[in-house]
Amino acid sequence: MNMIDRLFGVSPQVLSVRSQRTELIAANLANADTPGYKARDVDFGDALAMARGERRGLQHAHGSHIAIGGESQAVRYRIPSQPSMDGNTVETDREHSEFMENAIRYQASLNFLDGRIKSTLLALRGE
Amino acid sequence: MSLFNVFDISGTALSAQSVRLNAISSNLANAEVVSSSEEEAYRARYPVFSSAMDSAMGGRGAVGVRIDGMVESQLAPRKEFSPTHPLADQEGYIYMSNVNSVEEMANMISASRSYQSSVEAMNTTKQLIMRTLNMGR
Repeated sequence: MNMIDRLFGVSPQVLSVRSQRTELIAANLANADTPGYKARDVDFGDALAMARGERRGLQHAHGSHIAIGGESQAVRYRIPSQPSMDGNTVETDREHSEFMENAIRYQASLNFLDGRIKSTLLALRGE
Repeated sequence: MSLFNVFDISGTALSAQSVRLNAISSNLANAEVVSSSEEEAYRARYPVFSSAMDSAMGGRGAVGVRIDGMVESQLAPRKEFSPTHPLADQEGYIYMSNVNSVEEMANMISASRSYQSSVEAMNTTKQLIMRTLNMGR
């Protein structure tokens, strides 16, 4: 771990997992009317542990096996509270609230990073 | 950066929902169309959505929407006895379309809500990307 990595802490990995989650929830919202679509979400703790390299997901046993992205292994199916007749498990209101929450937490991490960058620049300039 | 994939995914949703809106407006426009046989009568048509398992979308499980095709409603057209109508058949019947206007209106509201939520997702993502670009300034 070099100095820059220590400076930024966990925030860069958080941003990466949050953006993956944004993508998944946007896909859930996009498929709100698709018959048979199952809503998915990221298990944040798992995804973050994998992004930081603290936990390893399934690995290849052979070079010709299909690659599985590390972070995508933290994806879980959502348990619906009101499943519909056509097999779709997207609950639009819930997805909306999760999307908003995720966006706010993303911005929080951005603010932390921003503060770190600014204070480091201040220290470097010595003004 | 995977945030850009949101535009692809929500974009497919926008185009799918606009096809749905198109079909609904076509159904509503043809709701009162009259024809002289059961086969010629206008039948309501609907798009069939499915999720696009596309490796181009990051291949990490987030998928957009695809339209598999259009299906025609299998309901029987409305048959009305109207011997004076110019399009009436030998027995004096005319055949109206099988469009249910109330159903179409409800469908339209659902389509426009889904469209709105995808637009909202795109807007929020745009803000996130802009803030990320301005980081440290």
